[in-house]
Amino acid sequence: MSISRRGLIGGLAAGAGVLLAGESKADSTKRYPGYQGRYGLLHDATLCVGCRSCEEACNEVNDNPPPSPAKGDPKAFDKPRPLTDKQYTVVNRYREATEDRPAVYRKHQCMHCNEPCCASVCFVNAFTKTPEGPVEYDPSVCVGCRYCVMACPYYALSYEYDDPVTPEVKRCTMCLDRIREGKNPSCSDICPTGAIIFGEREKLIEVARARIAKNPERYVDHIFGEHEFGGTSWLTLTGVPLRTLGLPENVSHEPLPKLTEGALSLVPVIVSAWPGLLLGMYAFNKRKEKLAKEELDQALGNAADQAKTELDEAMSKAATKANKDKDSAVEQAANKAKAEAKKEFEEAQKAEAKGAEGEA
Amino acid sequence: MSDSAANKSLMRPSNLVAALILAVGIPIIIYRFVAGLGATTNLTHVNPWGLWIGFDVVTGVALAAGGYVTSSAVYLFGMKEYKPIVRPALLTGFLGYALVVVGLIVDLGRPWRLPYPFVLSTGFTSPLFEIALCVALYLTVLFIESTPAAFEWLGWKRLRKIVGSATIALTIFGVVLSTMHQSTLGTLYLITPTKLHPLWYSPHLPLHFFVSSIIAGISMVIVESSLSHRVFHDQIELSAKRFDDLTIGLGKAGAVAMAVYLALKVAHLAHGNLWHHLTTGWGHWFLVELLGFVLLPCLLFAIGFRERSAKLVRIGGAIGVVGLVLNRFNVTMIAFNYQLPADQRYVPHWMEIWASLTLVTVGVLVFRWIANRMPIVREHPDYKGVH
Repeated sequence: MSISRRGLIGGLAAGAGVLLAGESKADSTKRYPGYQGRYGLLHDATLCVGCRSCEEACNEVNDNPPPSPAKGDPKAFDKPRPLTDKQYTVVNRYREATEDRPAVYRKHQCMHCNEPCCASVCFVNAFTKTPEGPVEYDPSVCVGCRYCVMACPYYALSYEYDDPVTPEVKRCTMCLDRIREGKNPSCSDICPTGAIIFGEREKLIEVARARIAKNPERYVDHIFGEHEFGGTSWLTLTGVPLRTLGLPENVSHEPLPKLTEGALSLVPVIVSAWPGLLLGMYAFNKRKEKLAKEELDQALGNAADQAKTELDEAMSKAATKANKDKDSAVEQAANKAKAEAKKEFEEAQKAEAKGAEGEA
Repeated sequence: MSDSAANKSLMRPSNLVAALILAVGIPIIIYRFVAGLGATTNLTHVNPWGLWIGFDVVTGVALAAGGYVTSSAVYLFGMKEYKPIVRPALLTGFLGYALVVVGLIVDLGRPWRLPYPFVLSTGFTSPLFEIALCVALYLTVLFIESTPAAFEWLGWKRLRKIVGSATIALTIFGVVLSTMHQSTLGTLYLITPTKLHPLWYSPHLPLHFFVSSIIAGISMVIVESSLSHRVFHDQIELSAKRFDDLTIGLGKAGAVAMAVYLALKVAHLAHGNLWHHLTTGWGHWFLVELLGFVLLPCLLFAIGFRERSAKLVRIGGAIGVVGLVLNRFNVTMIAFNYQLPADQRYVPHWMEIWASLTLVTVGVLVFRWIANRMPIVREHPDYKGVH
């Protein structure tokens, strides 16, 4: 049975369609739903008064020195302070108070992403998304490449640059140990205004939605962290544009690890296809060289044959000519000798006749 | 034979400069391990990767691409007339990769744990794991590919023969590994769409990095062979005319590679509709890189090839090398974290610059030491014309 070209192409197209459809379906079911009932924290920036109690509590439970400038020191808000390896959370002021509106503060720390890129980029798997919600870091395998620090879109990770022997990545742990003991993260316990609340992430999203619905003029209609880069454990409610709070706007809902996944998926393709292709090229060139050599040999052979024929011909021609020349030379010599003999004979006869006349 | 020539001129100015660089640089590297990264670098929590990653690793790997580019041309694609440049390129590649690993060790927080990803806990989803594995394997391949020169020098004919018989396999393995890690260095930066300026961030960064590594390989071979020709003049048997012909041929290949790269970059602008960025300061800087360090050397290569001018090709090669460095600096440092306020931007500490300079100097000195002894830029008399 023969397959027509059109039939084959149509069949391939249909096959590809089925494959693609199958893949997109598989993709939607594969999407990581996250651990059910995992915890999160909601920071309502409209309730935050910048008291920095959370900073103090955080440093205490993590055995870090008290925040500097100290709690209550207005110098803390001179300019935004970065997170450091001794300070896993900071409250910065993003807008000063005026007569008709209060100052705007935001607490910053590791967001504990649903699909963390620090985990996907780590070449020793030092980061794990725990069922409780926090992203856990295991310093016992960390090599100190700091790719996690470089990758984090929230600048939430720090490194102990001053430790030459056992440097570690430092960041908010979301008080994983306390959560496992049944306690709340220390910042949410200490917050005097209720700006930080701890609970199941799904429930916190409901709480945030309800707050926006109840006070639409108070809030921007957006929960930061619900979908950003696949969503985070920390959720932020704000009354001012995200940009004012130093948060990225219009970022993708696609988890960041997806971005490197596509490119890395080509690696096995290269490993399997490249050697064959390269060997093919090598063989192709070898063959071309071989054919060229054969052609050359043949051309050389032909040329030699031709030269030989030409030589033979020339030689036989020369031989014939030489023979001819020889014959004619013999003939000439014979004729000459004949003529000479004749002449001598005639002269002899003449002389004889003269002699006879003289005697007579 | 040229040992004496090298010893005689030990007090040359270039040697004194090298000695000064090492005299300061080696203590800096020791100090980094005693006092930590904080004392020797300007790395911060927002700038965790500086010159030691941006130059020593990301740029270093690209500049060492001459090995796979020339060996594949000669052994796989049948361009046998380029054989005289393969050995210097492979040696440059081997030393380059060895220094990349040294640079990485200097930069890692706990370098003694470098085997961990292979033996203890493997992060298969990390581009860095792929790079670590490829660089480790490729360093081995380059080492083996560089041994024939040493074996000829030592007169170990049997080993020389064994390695020689593996040439094709080694070359193919080298190209496969290079394709992977050269492009994966670009993949590293796919994770930071908000941190790297959109003119440099592209979903096709891996392809950009791979194609520009070919440009870097060709440009480096042009520059390195022209320097070798001058420095090791007494060793070189290649006539000036044939050497110029090879240079011009490399220029032709470079022109094609650069034209492809230029097209990719323009396609990136068009596909991402990024034209409006070109009128900004970042856009002007991007155009400096693209027009001054890709288009210009591309034209120099093309004109050099057309007019049979090896000199134009050499100028193009030098600009090509600078252009590659500029591109990697832009991606890793200059256009990275572009949105941060000026006082939080990364500027390398002088000790970081000096340490990087030290590694480059070590590379040049070791290359010279080897080339003065082993048949690198010349052919060993017993192996003349042997492939």
